[in-house]
Amino acid sequence: MNKFAYVDCKTVDETLAQLGPDATIKAGGIDLLDLMKDGIVAPPKLVNIRNVSSLRGITAAPDGLRIGPLSTLTEISVHPEVQLRYAALSDAAGHAATPQVRNMATLGGNIMQRPRCWYFRSTDFDCKKKGGTSQDCHAHEGENQYHAVINNGTCAMVHPSSTAVPLLAMNAEVELTSKRGKRTVPMSGFYVPPEKSLINETVVQPGEIITSIFVPAPEPGTRSAYQKYGEKESFDWPLADAGVVLVMAGQHCRQARVVLGVAAPTPMRATAAEAVLTGKTIDEATARAAAKAAMQEATPLSQNGYKTQLFQTAIYRTVLLAAGQMQRDPSAIG
Amino acid sequence: MADEHKSTFSRRGFLKGAGVAAATTAVESANALAREAQAAAQPDPTLGPGALPVKLRINGQDHAVTIEPRYTLAETLRNNVGLTGTKVVCDRGSCSACTVWLDNVPALACMTLAIDATGREITTIEGLATGDTMHQVQAAFVKHDALQCGFCTPGMIMSCAALLERNPNPRLADVKHAVSGNLCRCGTYPKVFAATLEVAQQRQQTAGLVGLTTGKEA
Repeated sequence: MNKFAYVDCKTVDETLAQLGPDATIKAGGIDLLDLMKDGIVAPPKLVNIRNVSSLRGITAAPDGLRIGPLSTLTEISVHPEVQLRYAALSDAAGHAATPQVRNMATLGGNIMQRPRCWYFRSTDFDCKKKGGTSQDCHAHEGENQYHAVINNGTCAMVHPSSTAVPLLAMNAEVELTSKRGKRTVPMSGFYVPPEKSLINETVVQPGEIITSIFVPAPEPGTRSAYQKYGEKESFDWPLADAGVVLVMAGQHCRQARVVLGVAAPTPMRATAAEAVLTGKTIDEATARAAAKAAMQEATPLSQNGYKTQLFQTAIYRTVLLAAGQMQRDPSAIG
Repeated sequence: MADEHKSTFSRRGFLKGAGVAAATTAVESANALAREAQAAAQPDPTLGPGALPVKLRINGQDHAVTIEPRYTLAETLRNNVGLTGTKVVCDRGSCSACTVWLDNVPALACMTLAIDATGREITTIEGLATGDTMHQVQAAFVKHDALQCGFCTPGMIMSCAALLERNPNPRLADVKHAVSGNLCRCGTYPKVFAATLEVAQQRQQTAGLVGLTTGKEA
């Protein structure tokens, strides 16, 4: 790891005063230390926000859930109100990484993770995401079994955040604070696809920090679920994951939001699947048709065609799980 | 305060006898002095990048170490404090061999900066035993032969002992979940599960006996 100066901040104002061109924010530090140990980033100054107490805590109010960005994944997964009314978020937080990582990793850090693509994470490759001169994405001609199957033409990375999947499905909002003030960004506009920017994965600007994540209260009849699939049944990065929010009247689906993680470079709404589910009675055939529709736009690479099938399984089973027609899949990660 | 007083005094002197340009310069120097005084009251909070003294509370004892901010807790425990029971295997948070407790919660020493552990209770594998008497989970690991090469064992025991602290009556699935991050390439998992469940059973029986002798069962 490179040498760096370290500043411990106790308040948001102290943090903002420390931010500058040389400074990098550190919360749980899991992804940042990983990137530093691999030599992908070498920040001269770390601004520690772990002790900013105003950024902690989960508050359930009638209008929704306010989550301090320093809440750990464990705290989110065991919170009774999150388990009860925001089940997909509780599931995603509770099945990310390992118990030890979940005890340390924060929600803000989880949605701010950098890509896991091995060409990005290796100093041996001049990936254009790191400002390299390579014209093409190395994954296109190289090892691409874990890469994107949708919108993978510019860069085939996938975003690794599990919690971003339910947050997008639940229409969450991220509050960003800088010296200029606050702004609120919906999750649907939080991530930046590679064709818009290769360098930035999110709209968070230098000098800004996440100060709150708000999840609006589900309307009556809402049910949600999240499941992820990987090579192992114990902890693993997902090969396919799905977050499903259904607004139900009995078995009739009034509204559906289906979000896929690790399918495209950013977590994405599967609008074709949502169209199949909306206004229908949820049963196995509808769930299967929705899963198939979601993968119509897939353009798999040389080694990841299997992911289109895996996504169909993930969507099918998670729709039925959300509708209360299937148990949690024992072969899903968890 | 003395500086402010002096600068005010000298500014008055200038204003009486000198032109506007000189007065402006004097105001600026007075402001600079005030800023310096303020800076002296709030020292630069930046630490490092060189080595600095850090206090850590490990296994109930205070330790003073001199480390750079980039030192991880795992490196510091092993290299600066001499507690080599905490193992570093992957050094990337993927194997959990370096599991310690921070404020009694399992955490990864390899992905924690030592400087971030100041003010927290750090418990390592060396902190579980009482003198020469092994912790119940350690003893059960020996009895069940729940280790082979031994590299994952300290982290594995820290995970299992923490589970029993927060859940005295775990099911097999709970033990599996608790060690789901602890990689063992020798494949000792079945014996890890048996050892941990046996300690839970022993503790239940002991608690039951205590209950009987104090009449609480009735």
